Amino acid sequence: MSVKQFRPAFDRGFHNLTFGLAMFVLVLLVAILAFLVVGSIPVLKNQGLGFFISAEWNPVTDVYGALPAIIQTLITAVIALLIGVPVSFGIAIFLTELAPAWIARPVGVAIEMLAAIPSIIYGMWGLFVFAPTFGTVIQRWVMANLAPLPVIGPLFASPPMGIGIFTASIILAIMIVPFITAMMRDVFTTVPAVLKESAYGLGCTRWEVVYRIVLPYCRAGTVGAVMLGLGRALGETMAVTFVIGNSHRLTASIMGPGATISSSIANEFVEADSKLHTSALVTLGLTLFVITFIVLAVARLFLLRLKKQAGH
Amino acid sequence: MSVQAPVKQTTERQVSTPYQRRMYMRRRIVSMFHMTMAHLVTLLGVAMLAWILWSLFGEGFSAISVKLFTEMTPPPGSDGGLLNAIVGSLMMVGIATILGIPVGLFVGTYLAEYGRYSKISSVVRFINDILLSAPSILIGLFVYELVVVPMGHFSGYAGAIALAVIALPVVVRTSEDMLLLVPDSLREAAAALGIPRWRIIMQVSYRAAGPGLMTGALLAVARISGETAPLLFTSLNNQFWSANLNKPMANLPVVIFNFAMSPYDDWRSLAWAGALLITLAVLGLTIAARTLLAAKSRMKG
Amino acid sequence: MLTTFKKSILGGAALLMAAGVFASAQATEISGAGATFPYPVYAKWAEAYEAKTGVKMNYQSIGSGGGIKQIKASTVDFGASDAPLTKEELDEAGLVQWPMIMGGVVPVVNIKGIKGGDVKLSGQVLADIYLGKITKWDDKAIADLNPDLKLPSEAISVVERSDGSGTTFNFTNYLAAVSPEWKDSIGVNKSVQWPVGVGGKGNEGVASYTKQIDGSIGYVEYAYALQNDLAYTQMQNKDGEFVSPTAGSFAAAAANADWANAPGYYLILGNQPGAKSWPITAASFILVHKSQDNAETAKEVLKFFDWSFKNGSDIADKLDYVAMPENVVDMVEKTWTADVKGSDGKKIW
Repeated sequence: MSVKQFRPAFDRGFHNLTFGLAMFVLVLLVAILAFLVVGSIPVLKNQGLGFFISAEWNPVTDVYGALPAIIQTLITAVIALLIGVPVSFGIAIFLTELAPAWIARPVGVAIEMLAAIPSIIYGMWGLFVFAPTFGTVIQRWVMANLAPLPVIGPLFASPPMGIGIFTASIILAIMIVPFITAMMRDVFTTVPAVLKESAYGLGCTRWEVVYRIVLPYCRAGTVGAVMLGLGRALGETMAVTFVIGNSHRLTASIMGPGATISSSIANEFVEADSKLHTSALVTLGLTLFVITFIVLAVARLFLLRLKKQAGH
Repeated sequence: MSVQAPVKQTTERQVSTPYQRRMYMRRRIVSMFHMTMAHLVTLLGVAMLAWILWSLFGEGFSAISVKLFTEMTPPPGSDGGLLNAIVGSLMMVGIATILGIPVGLFVGTYLAEYGRYSKISSVVRFINDILLSAPSILIGLFVYELVVVPMGHFSGYAGAIALAVIALPVVVRTSEDMLLLVPDSLREAAAALGIPRWRIIMQVSYRAAGPGLMTGALLAVARISGETAPLLFTSLNNQFWSANLNKPMANLPVVIFNFAMSPYDDWRSLAWAGALLITLAVLGLTIAARTLLAAKSRMKG
Repeated sequence: MLTTFKKSILGGAALLMAAGVFASAQATEISGAGATFPYPVYAKWAEAYEAKTGVKMNYQSIGSGGGIKQIKASTVDFGASDAPLTKEELDEAGLVQWPMIMGGVVPVVNIKGIKGGDVKLSGQVLADIYLGKITKWDDKAIADLNPDLKLPSEAISVVERSDGSGTTFNFTNYLAAVSPEWKDSIGVNKSVQWPVGVGGKGNEGVASYTKQIDGSIGYVEYAYALQNDLAYTQMQNKDGEFVSPTAGSFAAAAANADWANAPGYYLILGNQPGAKSWPITAASFILVHKSQDNAETAKEVLKFFDWSFKNGSDIADKLDYVAMPENVVDMVEKTWTADVKGSDGKKIW
């Protein structure tokens, strides 16, 4: 075989190899989805769509409802965002606008390290270190001062044990901050210096520059970052399982125990011996996939808009 | 940071009427408040890291000794270490790396080089992002059905495959991003010399993106080395020396999980020591990845 | 850059393969999985057995339900469960079951000034607390049982297991045995729909919640109560006597258990008669297939349990478990001979 014949053949081969592997990724997800769909048939057949709106979760009578898990998954993720996004935003501003390079670099690395700590370690730390501190210091105060309030009081009522939906949300917030910060920092640095300089030249304060120049310029990218953080918060398993208190009950209190989709799976899957119980947990998994899918789709849309903006 | 100079001018601006002065003071106070908050939350973030590391060292350091690296995981009340778990984790993470990273790299190559603008690529990208945030316990269940049940027993192989599936999307994502950073002018210059596409990719793109690709690989390794849930149903765990990949295999995360939840003090301190080991290893990898990236940007700069 | 990257990967691959080849020439290994409750004692037995015979028995605690599932799927050589299967379930799955070790589930409380053994409870009162019907520590029902004790007018915080668990199975089984209302409204299972309270993950979760919450009550396995210095309660047993949880009172309950008349060893040790019996005593069970494809492995499994029955009681004592009495061991070994066969129908034991 001559060299000339060999080259295009090899080129095609390499092209096909990479294409084939890309298709493999597709097949993999389809296979996982198929696995989840097949696994969720028994409970959906048995309980129909009522599965998604029922709050009853009773392994004794084999009746399962996903509503508390779905709602509390969303609540923990949203609270995590409410805490995590402003913090990430502040850190990103510090890193891009305030700190000199010799501080920004080590601080940036330190924040990224938070992303590198395995989730089981967040769980252990949350249960043995953070929750007792949180329970005795903060929750006692909350109980004494916020819980007696009318209307919003019930939101905070719970024994001060440091475990519950709010604790899980805080741990989640710590876990997503490095992700969101890193993405925000990257989009903030894309703001042309000339824009900021002109604003300063007009007499804008630093906050005005951030709020009126940087943020609008990076709006789409910022939303994309938040959405990715949300995706991560929705799927987190081990850390949440340790600290959320794992109760399938709808409660008014965000301080009380709850359960997310992934913590339910982690908690109960190994012990689920009835077919319906197993199926109910797999269906929860499928539900989480759908939620993640929607969140990512929204994030993609915003990122696309960012790309279009950057193109102009 | 290049924009700091104009700030001084701002403060020196002439302010005339009392109303304007008041307005100006208010704006400055608002700004100062927000900037102080930015400092504070940064401090908070760093403090959290310090707090976590502090607890890990405080609880785990006392259990760190030579035995940790020379003896097997003990039953309660016996002397022991984590050797089998460390070796098992290294082997499974190693194989997952060998399986997951080349595949991920090639998929990333397809997305960035051959199929950058094709429809199918955007589908693959999207699918990959879903895989990236899929709860790892579901991946474990999937591999259990796919590998453990047909094989008839738990095995290190199954654990490695589960970890590879988790590593894959991380590598795809980072290698595509890194390859896209390579300027097209490099590729065009090489193409103009008549070099075939695959050699351009190998010798130009991969070389230019080298440190970035390495970073992606390290991030993937960091991600999978702490995974617990997917190993519970695949490699199980092993109390003894277990270098046979065809048998249940010891691993650090599951040992940490079991020991941390036990009533025995010696088990708990081993769990903390294991947690400290994993964290240090993963932090080390992350720092290595950062240093490589920094070296690359210096080269460019 | 890339070449070193490649080299390190190839080098790693070679090393791992070498390790794999090296490892495949190893001694007999048997594997089991299941209940969390007996995990420490099985691990300790395995260590001693390996030192003596070189046979490695690898047991992993993945939960009772997991143990049953895995032995049914034949991914392990034996399964372990704190909740026994009924005779019908055993026959349907082609399994043999026997009790291996016993222990106790212990209610623990956290009230200021109250030490272990101070509080006395009856099964009915315990059930009412977990039903949410008794909500204060100075409730009349509790005061009647503790005339000499001054309990505070404090709310009772109920702590329970959130994850599925054999401990919960044995606890709810006891509550159902003493309270018809519990039996009808809640039932018995490894996880139930709790009417009140907060759920901790694992015994450790329950122990740490109980420690942190003033006025709380929880239930944990005996070893957790001891190791965590939790204040256990005395319980009124079926004979009306108040007993403290000790290895002695577990053994007393076990001594009264009528294993001989329990088909497939389906017997729950809760609420056993006897003046000294601890009412929430529990046994943990082992499950193996009746028909064994690999007779040699099956024989190794039985040999391990035989050894543990005969030599393991000291280890069990040290870890606060109770070994099976000799007459039960004889019965179990006869069952092995009768029921566990190779796929060719030959006896294994």
